[in-house]
Amino acid sequence: MERVEIESKLVDLLVEELGIERDNITMSAKFEEDLEVDSLGVVELLMALEDNFDVKIPDDEAEGITTVGEAVDIVSTKING
Amino acid sequence: MLLEGKRLVVTGVLTDDSIAWHTARVAQEQGAALVLTGFGRALRLTERSARRLPDPPPVLELDINDPVHMEALASDLGERWGAVDGALHAIAYAPDDALGGNFLTTPPESAGTAFLTSAYSYKTLAVGLHPLLVAAGGGALVTLDFDNRQAWPAYDWMGVAKAALQAVTRYLARDLGADNIRVNAVSAGPLTTMAAKSIPGFSRFRDVWGKRAPLGWDVSDPTPVANMVCVLLSDWAPMTSGEVVHVDGGFHAIAAEGD
Repeated sequence: MERVEIESKLVDLLVEELGIERDNITMSAKFEEDLEVDSLGVVELLMALEDNFDVKIPDDEAEGITTVGEAVDIVSTKING
Repeated sequence: MLLEGKRLVVTGVLTDDSIAWHTARVAQEQGAALVLTGFGRALRLTERSARRLPDPPPVLELDINDPVHMEALASDLGERWGAVDGALHAIAYAPDDALGGNFLTTPPESAGTAFLTSAYSYKTLAVGLHPLLVAAGGGALVTLDFDNRQAWPAYDWMGVAKAALQAVTRYLARDLGADNIRVNAVSAGPLTTMAAKSIPGFSRFRDVWGKRAPLGWDVSDPTPVANMVCVLLSDWAPMTSGEVVHVDGGFHAIAAEGD
């Protein structure tokens, strides 16, 4: 899957499933600080990524995700190797 | 199958790492019909996790401290099944200032909240489901405990609440036995669930456990705990009540690690 495609799918998911304002989402936006996603929200995000992209993200790898861009990176690595 | 035809309520499913989620999975594999309950902000997470079960069950909202919710749950279950054979109580909460080394300074309200949500709530669930359990001719309730006969680092008022939960288990067993309702607790070793991640100092429990437990301990495997919960919910533990069953690799029996 192309990176731009992953980006756009992930942004849609953030808006539709986590209720984040589309205008606030940039690749460098931090989930907790900039997008006000709390610890429950982060877990929900991870499960949403797994469900929507059909990937498995282990806890130790999930801990490295702080920005939207990093979420795209990890999904992209999982899908495309 | 162990739970063929059983109608069970499972609270406390948060993620698919939750002990409650694995209990739900094993229960379905063993033939049970399920309803899950979820709470407040986490309800969406429970719904998402429910969809990952072999046969996604309905998810109903339950704030255990809200009598309206308990009544609505009982009424839904009454219409759905007419009777309930058992339930898993997997509900606990302590405010931040009741955990993590604040034992001597925790205000009474925070200690009270920990008790209300983590111990008293077992009684609330039992009483709320009582008519439906009676309608089934009896049943089984199981709660999730972390054994606090000894003091732990950082666990503080949550530990006091867990000790109270064991006592609540015994008193419920006393009062519900006449209706053929068994009431037990499973005391699990530490597991890396979302609930555990919110306990400060969790790593200190985890590190000591595997070394001392005669059977060893895998913090990432909730299945042994889920299996025991299912046994206690089944007809294979018909004369066990008021009991705290340890699923901890044998840790509780050993005072200090050997060589």
